[in-house]
Amino acid sequence: MELSNQSITSLRKQLTSGDICSADIIGSLADAIEKKDGEIGAYLSHDLDAAREAAKTADLSLPLGGIPIAIKDNINVKGQPCSCASRFLEGSYTSPYDATVISKLRAAGAILYGRTNMDEFAMGSTTENSALGNTRNPHDLTRAPGGSSGGSAAAVASHSAIAALGSDTGGSIRQPASYCGVVGLKPSYGRVSRYGLVAFASSLDQIGPITQNVEDSALLLNAISGRDAMDATSLKQPDTDFTQGLNDGVAGMKLGLPKEYFGDGIDPAVRHQVDKSIKKLEAAGAKLVEISLPHTEYAVATYYIIAPAEASSNLSRFDGVRYGNRVENPNDIIDLYRRSREQGFGPEVKRRIILGTYVLSSGYYDAYYNKAQKVRGLIKRDFENAYQKVDAILSPVTPNVAPVIGADKDNPLQQYLADIFTISANLAGICGISVPCGKVASDSGSQLPVGLQILGPHMGEQAILKVARAVESSD
Amino acid sequence: MSSERTEQIDVRYVAKLARIDLNEAECATFQEQLSAILGYIDTLKDLDLDATDTEGLPAVDDNYLREDVSRPSLSQKDLLINAPESAKGQIRVPKVVDA
Repeated sequence: MELSNQSITSLRKQLTSGDICSADIIGSLADAIEKKDGEIGAYLSHDLDAAREAAKTADLSLPLGGIPIAIKDNINVKGQPCSCASRFLEGSYTSPYDATVISKLRAAGAILYGRTNMDEFAMGSTTENSALGNTRNPHDLTRAPGGSSGGSAAAVASHSAIAALGSDTGGSIRQPASYCGVVGLKPSYGRVSRYGLVAFASSLDQIGPITQNVEDSALLLNAISGRDAMDATSLKQPDTDFTQGLNDGVAGMKLGLPKEYFGDGIDPAVRHQVDKSIKKLEAAGAKLVEISLPHTEYAVATYYIIAPAEASSNLSRFDGVRYGNRVENPNDIIDLYRRSREQGFGPEVKRRIILGTYVLSSGYYDAYYNKAQKVRGLIKRDFENAYQKVDAILSPVTPNVAPVIGADKDNPLQQYLADIFTISANLAGICGISVPCGKVASDSGSQLPVGLQILGPHMGEQAILKVARAVESSD
Repeated sequence: MSSERTEQIDVRYVAKLARIDLNEAECATFQEQLSAILGYIDTLKDLDLDATDTEGLPAVDDNYLREDVSRPSLSQKDLLINAPESAKGQIRVPKVVDA
């Protein structure tokens, strides 16, 4: 089997036994990218020559020694571009520093060689909001890979990356992982440092791995998690090896099925695959418990107040002064701000900045933002109550399979509503993982992946990784 | 569902607050799309939250502050590599104060 098709775990075994060297992996990866990325478009840029150089000195004794990892284009890697798939930063910004997750990956021996496409500033759920190019779903080129981490998911799914990092603010790791048939983990808020991640919504954002299997997900989480002096919201946590206990099975575990997540509006074919994998978990000894998360119906509205509010504040840094796009011959400083932003941002980014500015503006703050914070608290409490009764919660990741490219292009509200199953985890700060659980035939005859979402309590990654591994091994 | 409140969004005015210049076409498109989104967001109005004391923000460790000691930061040179215009180790901007 081609090296680029193999998991981190498998490659590491061959590296440490001396059967292969890191340069062999880079070579295989370069061939795969050359062959496939023209049609998939997962990468915005890569430097495989630099990767070959790095491979020569890779320290194979380290946990990720000699393993190349693709990085979403909103995470700073010193000396590389970091455009967030935006015209605002394209071609004009080179990262002067490493994000903490990048320092940690380097310390674990990983090689960072390429930047993956995304929705501009991570705002979107199909990667169609990228200002810098299209990414296609490897399972059906007429369809979107999901988003916003669509490039990372498509790269791993097409075996033109061994593994990748993404970021998840409302489902941006789990949803593209589901649409592309790979494993995507959103860690608990505070598990992983956000230092060096270009901020979208700071109270919701979290970096996490997109991988071919659950064990790789655990390996990457080992490498990137931990408290960081550069991020005051990162949490003190015991040193955990997340690969331990992965195969312990689900016997005796209590798994919750929220009735609000299994109502109308789910594609019956998706529902069938999800139900099938839930039955397998039951057969493996898990106890299924019906639960209720009563404030679910308010999650989308709450999210689309809080996320744009934070975004409007975070993106004020893109003003054309210190970095990125600056218009020529501005009349004055205000004209410089206004026209540089008009020119540099795409429509979805403008839409969200305007929405966020509006909900925070004088006279509306209480009606929108304060109210949303209260509902966010209720959503969080729903989960806390549920985890009194169950160890983890199961649901579909999305109501549908990957959409045809261009389907909801002019209807942002319709796109937002499809986030219904993933955004609550970000609002509550809990962890969630998407694991492939079957495929559905499309009208055109392609086989489209379906994901099962497993939500765990805050800092409960070990439990959800174990359940995800059980789903994976039941196939 | 869309109430008098959502009808009040004046996209041109809010864009000005957000320091984004918008052309006519964008204003018209956003006016329509944002009104639909705000109409949906108004579902929160159904909730009576007067007695609700919940706090939405995520858990953080109390008093987690790093030691107040100086340490290396990015150099002036590194900070200026991305500046659109610079001179004499500074970022150049249009004049903001009249002489």
